[in-house]
Amino acid sequence: MAAAETDPRPRGADAAGPVAGLLAAPLALLMRLVDWPMRALQRAVGERRMAYVFLLPNLGFFSLFVFLPLVINFVFSVTGGAGLFPSERPFVGAQQYAYLFDCASFLDPSSCREDHFWRGVYNTARFTVFQVTAMVLFSLLTAVVLNMKIRARGFFRAVYFFPVLLSPVVVALTWKWILQRDGLLNAAITSLGGERILFLVDPSWAMFWVVFVSIWAHMGCYTLILLAGLQAIPADLYEAAEMDATPRWRVFWRITLPLLWPNMVVVIVLALIRGVQTFDEVFVLTGGGPGTATLMIVHYIYETAFANQVQNFGLAAAASVVLGIVLFALTLAQLAASRRKGAA
Amino acid sequence: MQRKHWISAAALAAGLAWSGFAQAQTTVRIAWYSDGNEGEVVSDLLKRFEAQNKDIKVVLDQVPYKAITENLPVQLASGQGPDIARVVDLGGVARYALDLRPYLKDASYWEKNFGPFLPWMRPEGDSSAITGFMTQLTVSGPFVNKTLFEQSGIAMPGAKATWEEWGKAVKDVAAKAQAPFPLAMDRSGHRFFSVAISEGAKVFDEKGEPAVIDEGFKRGAKLVYDWHNNGVMKKELWGSVSGTAYRGANDEFKNAQVVMYQSGSWQIAQFDKTVGDAFDWIAVPAPCGSVGVCSGMPGGAGLVAIKTTKSPEAVAKVMDYLASEPVLSEFYARSLFVPGHLGIAAKGLDYQGASGPAKAALKVFSDQVAQLSPVAYKLQGYVNNRIIFNATISRLGQAISGEGTLDEAFKRIESDIAQQIAERKK
Repeated sequence: MAAAETDPRPRGADAAGPVAGLLAAPLALLMRLVDWPMRALQRAVGERRMAYVFLLPNLGFFSLFVFLPLVINFVFSVTGGAGLFPSERPFVGAQQYAYLFDCASFLDPSSCREDHFWRGVYNTARFTVFQVTAMVLFSLLTAVVLNMKIRARGFFRAVYFFPVLLSPVVVALTWKWILQRDGLLNAAITSLGGERILFLVDPSWAMFWVVFVSIWAHMGCYTLILLAGLQAIPADLYEAAEMDATPRWRVFWRITLPLLWPNMVVVIVLALIRGVQTFDEVFVLTGGGPGTATLMIVHYIYETAFANQVQNFGLAAAASVVLGIVLFALTLAQLAASRRKGAA
Repeated sequence: MQRKHWISAAALAAGLAWSGFAQAQTTVRIAWYSDGNEGEVVSDLLKRFEAQNKDIKVVLDQVPYKAITENLPVQLASGQGPDIARVVDLGGVARYALDLRPYLKDASYWEKNFGPFLPWMRPEGDSSAITGFMTQLTVSGPFVNKTLFEQSGIAMPGAKATWEEWGKAVKDVAAKAQAPFPLAMDRSGHRFFSVAISEGAKVFDEKGEPAVIDEGFKRGAKLVYDWHNNGVMKKELWGSVSGTAYRGANDEFKNAQVVMYQSGSWQIAQFDKTVGDAFDWIAVPAPCGSVGVCSGMPGGAGLVAIKTTKSPEAVAKVMDYLASEPVLSEFYARSLFVPGHLGIAAKGLDYQGASGPAKAALKVFSDQVAQLSPVAYKLQGYVNNRIIFNATISRLGQAISGEGTLDEAFKRIESDIAQQIAERKK
């Protein structure tokens, strides 16, 4: 005990040898240097408030790169003109929001002043509903199968995860090559005597492929989350069910699904947020077309802010604020749902 | 010991001299995009400039076209742009342009040789500034796959044939030759307005304000719309994407899938290089509209000095060098570009290294320069022309893909243009 009190070397230096001791020495010196100011700080603010002191650097970082851009975005949304700096932009109040919501009927985008915004909203909603539903179902199914003792399980796990590693642009270009007029799929169809299908020119086909490609590209990540959840379910529950001769569907419904629910919530929230934010793959695969059949809300924001000759940052910022509010509301709803389920 | 001191002193002096020289060297940064080989050509020319001007270092940033149209305006607005940029949205960038007159060796040379194109690069309301020159004068117009015409045994329409006659002919050729695209037109405002102006579109009212939707515009739009419905044009270009996205059919033309391709003179270099002996291709004069006008659209890329530069003298020196007649002649000749320099155009260019079809196509487009409608020149020089082009392709594309009628598209084009111009004036 006395040796520990008097030994100036950091703990563990003996065990790890001279190299670790050498590395630990500067750390110990650093700790001694900050020791006095930290003690002084603790005396000044009190022990309980020290937690906030430790949170401060991260909060500063977060404020600089998340909160500040949010504030700047909001400031842009209440200004007009084509200037870049807020000082060059006249204050227009809620005019940009009024433009966005100027509709004779919200069910008919063509009756809206910013019809592309509303087409983007409806397309994004449709895309998200189909994509998230299908994504969760397929991910769950895949995770359940990959959790079974099947042959080459490791290989299949890698195969399903592999598309997640690809860049969205690579994914979209690969599928574009497959789906275009003279693409791989049409070559297969015509070689079997079928008629060529213009998958990316027909609006309903285009939306189908956008959803399909998105699921193909991202399913691996969600499957992995669900697989981790499945593996965390205690095996004795299944053994007990087996001893009771419980049917498999009942085991799934009464044991697997409830215990997997926290992971399911994570998957649903992540897929939902990603679905609403979707842009890169769709932009490269269909360019928002045909017409505006796959124009998503983020694509509208990008076009409004950057692709037009007059870069309408104000309108784009207002649309971003609306999108942000929708995402926030969705996240809160999902969290509330998961809490209710947890409490039940 | 004495000798060592001498060596040290000499080394120190050399080091100081070098650092002094390095500090004296001015860097000029150019943002440059390429359609063909012009990036290589200008890089060669700039190396020669640097050899002659040891005090100026030129950094050529070769960037994608999209970086010029989308990122550069933001950079310029923030004051962080390059010293010189090669741009296509001449009117949009004009307000960031530097008036080079106080720094040029001989401003009258510029006025004499680039006169008609200088207003395209001037800020609104300015009638005298010299901000840059055209690295490339482009003329939109059609290329035809001559081999497909010959194989199908159908006669090619003559020099004054109308768009409708061409539409009928290429559809027949495509049917016989089993080519998937009878007529392809880039999804671009310039290409569409070649048709619309030939159909009598005036674009502006008597006061010079945009009045885009008139009978001529409607005829042009209906022609393009009908072509998509009767199979002359396929929806892959105009109907397959949304908004302002550009789509070209140069790959399809090179693969002999297109009978007639409405594009422009900048394609010559790549067709010359890639088509080779695969088939015979030619450029034909702009077809005529139903009102007797036969016009393409002028356009091109200008090299513009940027006013936020810290070294206007050095920038002017680089610009003077690149705009000088021998240098620019070499640039146009090696890049296979229609010259945007009146002196060079008058003397004619020897496009050494170009094949027979490329030389013939360059002659067709060069001859077209004098035939272009005044409306086409006015539209090209209009500072907000990209607002007009973007609104047109976005809304016409929607109508073509089946989202609404042509009349609805016309209303939207008018309101989009009015809204964006109003936003710019705020």
